[in-house]
Amino acid sequence: MQHPLNCIIVSLLAMGLSPLGFTEPVQANSVTSLAASCYACHGPDGNSMGGTASLAGLNASYFAERMQGFKDGSMPATVMHQHAKGLTQTEILALADYFATLPRKTPKPLPYQSFKGQP
Amino acid sequence: MKTRDFAVHASQALSSTHRRQFCRQVVYGGLAFYGLPAFARANKPPLGQVVVVGAGFAGLTAAKYIRQWSRGNVGVTVIEPNMQFISCPQSNLVLGGSKTMDALSFSYQLAQTQHGLKWVHDQVVAISPTRKQVQLARGTLHYDKLILAPGVDFNYRPLVGMTQPVAHITHAWKAGAQTLQLRQQLTAMADGGVFVITIPKAPYRCPPGPYERACQVAHYFKQHKPRSKVIVLDANPDIVSKKGLFMQSFRGLYADIIDYRPNSEIVEIDPNTHTVKTDFETVHADLLNVIPPQLAGKIAQQAQLNNVDQRWCEVDFLTYASTIAPDIHIIGDSISAGLPKSAHMATSQAKICAAAMVDLLAGQAPNPLPVFANTCYSFVDDQQAMHVANVYRFDATKKTMIGAEGGGVSTQASLLEGQYAQAWANNIWADTLT
Repeated sequence: MQHPLNCIIVSLLAMGLSPLGFTEPVQANSVTSLAASCYACHGPDGNSMGGTASLAGLNASYFAERMQGFKDGSMPATVMHQHAKGLTQTEILALADYFATLPRKTPKPLPYQSFKGQP
Repeated sequence: MKTRDFAVHASQALSSTHRRQFCRQVVYGGLAFYGLPAFARANKPPLGQVVVVGAGFAGLTAAKYIRQWSRGNVGVTVIEPNMQFISCPQSNLVLGGSKTMDALSFSYQLAQTQHGLKWVHDQVVAISPTRKQVQLARGTLHYDKLILAPGVDFNYRPLVGMTQPVAHITHAWKAGAQTLQLRQQLTAMADGGVFVITIPKAPYRCPPGPYERACQVAHYFKQHKPRSKVIVLDANPDIVSKKGLFMQSFRGLYADIIDYRPNSEIVEIDPNTHTVKTDFETVHADLLNVIPPQLAGKIAQQAQLNNVDQRWCEVDFLTYASTIAPDIHIIGDSISAGLPKSAHMATSQAKICAAAMVDLLAGQAPNPLPVFANTCYSFVDDQQAMHVANVYRFDATKKTMIGAEGGGVSTQASLLEGQYAQAWANNIWADTLT
């Protein structure tokens, strides 16, 4: 279930407005590329190979609450507080809604190959 | 172009902001909804042809995401001379003895088939920006947009006494045969021997890498050659990255093994006697590992795009276009930026570049405010690791990427972060290679 506040914020963003009343350029592709930056730790399209959370298909409110907790320190973290503090509330909510739309999938196994000796 | 006409026509009634967003939706996600347009069946990719030079973390990521975000409407050809993808991240663990090269070696095949990449196993010898052509060792290729991701090249010229690479003195700073060679030299060295590693002045690839290497070699010595020493000759005035954390290891875990010496730039090397002279002393090594000064990869130099100190390439951080060649975009370790030259950084840049390239080819303005993350782990032994992590956002006044609020390093290396470091590796490999 999506938090009703998120729906309002996403609608505002779609109109080019932030909840605080100024224009904030979070656009379709900025969320897409920002989200993609998370895949280094959280796997392709948010589907983790293990050891970190899969973000694909996460409930938007749950994601936003966790991130807010990392940001304000109420949620203990080893590394996520470093990232959460660097993101704006608007970006966190946009990411929450974006990840909620991604399908949870089993990632493909890594294509390991014996080392062939290249320089 | 057909897509563009369609998108503009269909969005005439919308405001300019809406129109921009609408166009993006058409390019990024809407094509399937509107049915496959006629041009999608034609051989010529409707939005253009991108050539990517170099299939490391940066180049391969850009290639994948251009295909994905253009919904196949941009053709991508990758030119890569190597047959396999070898991961530099974790290659220091091969020296420490806890990883094998097989655990860092991958086939390109899955990425090729999964994303419909055209693949040319060759080397670029020249670029003609006016004709929009790259010259290969065998033939030429036309591009609408070119992406260079050539990594770093080594500059031996300042190393007096060793102005050319010498076969028995490794850099091992590109994972591959030299990593194995250095590992073999370490195992062949007698107990009680002295391993000397030299670090060039920053910037260089992987800021914490040399210090991680010192820890990995010390980890090996501690187990198998307890009388041996590691001397770190650092040209920098201090540890370049994760300083406090590495000092914990240098003074704690490896206090009897690692001897760290800052401000130790090489004045002269004698490769025959393994002797390094600095301003202060002359150090003899039983085993010498020289990480040379670095600059943008060879093809960037050949195309004269290394316009900052004749080393690095200046780019526009909204698109990664070269500031002196608008249709040539450069990503990864070759660029001039106040950003660490790391694998995650390379993939983050590649994604901004890929999104911008799809926009540019569709006739749209790129995202004016890119934001991305960087996370980098270093292992101090076979299991414990620590991080440095930051979000970076575009500063429109400074026209560069600036570290955002927050960000920082671990309080200490830990087993838990060792597991995260392995998870990071598995996930960034999957993101890049599948």
